[in-house]
Amino acid sequence: MDILNAGVALLNFVVVPAAAYGAQLALGALGVTLIYGILRFSNFAFGDTMAMGTAFTIMVTWAIQALGIAIFPLPTALIALPFGIAVTALIVLFTDRIVYRFYRRKKVDPIVMVMASVGVMFVMNGLTRVLIGVEEIRFDDGARFLFSVQDFRAWSGLTEGLSLRVSQLLTLIITALVCWGLFVFLNRTRTGKAMRAYSDNEDLALLSGIDPDQVVRITWIIGTALAVIAGTLYGLDKTFKAFNYFQILLPIFAAAIVGGLGNPLGAVVGGFVVAFSEVAITYPWKKVAGYLFPDWQPEGLLQLLSTEYKFAVSFVILIVVLLFKPTGLFRGKSV
Amino acid sequence: MSAPYLSATGMRGGYGKADILNDCTITVDQGQIAVIVGPNGAGKSTAMKAVFGMLNLREGEVRLAGEDITALTPQQRVHKGMGFVPQTHNIFPNMTVEENLQMGAFIRKDDYSGTLAQVYELFPAVADKRRQNAGELSGGQRQQVAVGRALMTQPRLLMLDEPTAGVSPIVMDELFDRIIEIARTGISILMVEQNARQALEIADLGYVLVQGTNRYTDTGEALLANPEVRRTFLGG
Repeated sequence: MDILNAGVALLNFVVVPAAAYGAQLALGALGVTLIYGILRFSNFAFGDTMAMGTAFTIMVTWAIQALGIAIFPLPTALIALPFGIAVTALIVLFTDRIVYRFYRRKKVDPIVMVMASVGVMFVMNGLTRVLIGVEEIRFDDGARFLFSVQDFRAWSGLTEGLSLRVSQLLTLIITALVCWGLFVFLNRTRTGKAMRAYSDNEDLALLSGIDPDQVVRITWIIGTALAVIAGTLYGLDKTFKAFNYFQILLPIFAAAIVGGLGNPLGAVVGGFVVAFSEVAITYPWKKVAGYLFPDWQPEGLLQLLSTEYKFAVSFVILIVVLLFKPTGLFRGKSV
Repeated sequence: MSAPYLSATGMRGGYGKADILNDCTITVDQGQIAVIVGPNGAGKSTAMKAVFGMLNLREGEVRLAGEDITALTPQQRVHKGMGFVPQTHNIFPNMTVEENLQMGAFIRKDDYSGTLAQVYELFPAVADKRRQNAGELSGGQRQQVAVGRALMTQPRLLMLDEPTAGVSPIVMDELFDRIIEIARTGISILMVEQNARQALEIADLGYVLVQGTNRYTDTGEALLANPEVRRTFLGG
């Protein structure tokens, strides 16, 4: 019974939240890695692209709610998501046209592109705040729980409870679908293969007659779609706050680098590695330990690091990977 | 007698200000194998790049099947029937062998499965590894994939920049055999080679370049027999 209780507590406080968080990071890391692989720079504006896209999605959600349309038990934001993606993609393509294309044509060093993206980041950051404000916004209408702690306790008769929120399940399902769709696109379609070829060997791709402008355009659109989906799922799971999206950039880059920059499969695995490390290291293990070793009375909470320091976990993983395996777990490009 | 299939005449040009090529002329007839040899820095690869349009010419012209293509970009020349295999970075390492060949046929709108089968027939070793990433193959097999990729557009002229660089002598012989087979199908071959002696043995036409200028031009056999060429360029 105690072992069961320990297992349930572990599921409820570590596995389920980390899986949902990991899925959100995986989507973000996929976007970052795709842009890195094809456009050949680390896009620092990615976090704020997520924020801006989520802000648009929220505004469309409000409009849809005002029309009285709902898809209970699912959140209304799901209908708004395609609109949010479309508007953000247009803005990102416009950004490419007025900022990145200039530097791409000049064939500048990647670091110049990175710095340009930092500039774009600040502009997007400001625009998002002007647009929707800096406060926390909850927009997860629809049902809150698939099953709650009370439901689970009544059903199982255990002391410990387990809950699964709709947003968590939705995150996992949508991430699985998006990853599957993206991998099919990259591995089976002509355009997807052209993108991989361009990422692999740009000169040879040009020699083979692949249109670089089209590859760049599609990369931005897919990258933006991934950003907005990840941002909206993150916002549904937690709350929307513009600043949080700036901060989430770090674990996303950590995930992409851990997996191997430019490698989509690595990005997904990296997302979960970072999320599980972060949650496991900041979780107070006292409760689980209490069930497993009833005689042991530890002094503290058995928490390795307090949650305020959760970003330090990403940093440490990042440094360890860069020191010992700079190309990441899945043989991406070295940074 | 009609003009040669490829005729690049009086080429002068280089990167930046200095000229690497000076009045350099390269011609290849249909189904012929032409080889450019010469000491390091003679402008061998540069001459080939000039033929393919990767270098701006100050003087001279390039004609393919009688048509003046001097002003065309490399991509446009591929459409005109030129195929080019660069010396390095000539495959997509993270894509399968089959995907490499598919990318070679990217500009083709028709069904290219016949060409794919021909390439596999020409390179059976590569056919066995069609699902494997090209980057995982041995050096010789990578070169076969690179040549196969260029053949996918069904070029009339195939240009190879040091195809045997860094492969073992056995693999080199094998590769040369395949090149002869390709030429027999009527495709003209122009290649730059470090292994001058072996390359001249299979060449219908040999060009010895020195400082960007034609020094000797003759059949491969005659160049191999020429005592001066032997002493100066083939090491005795």
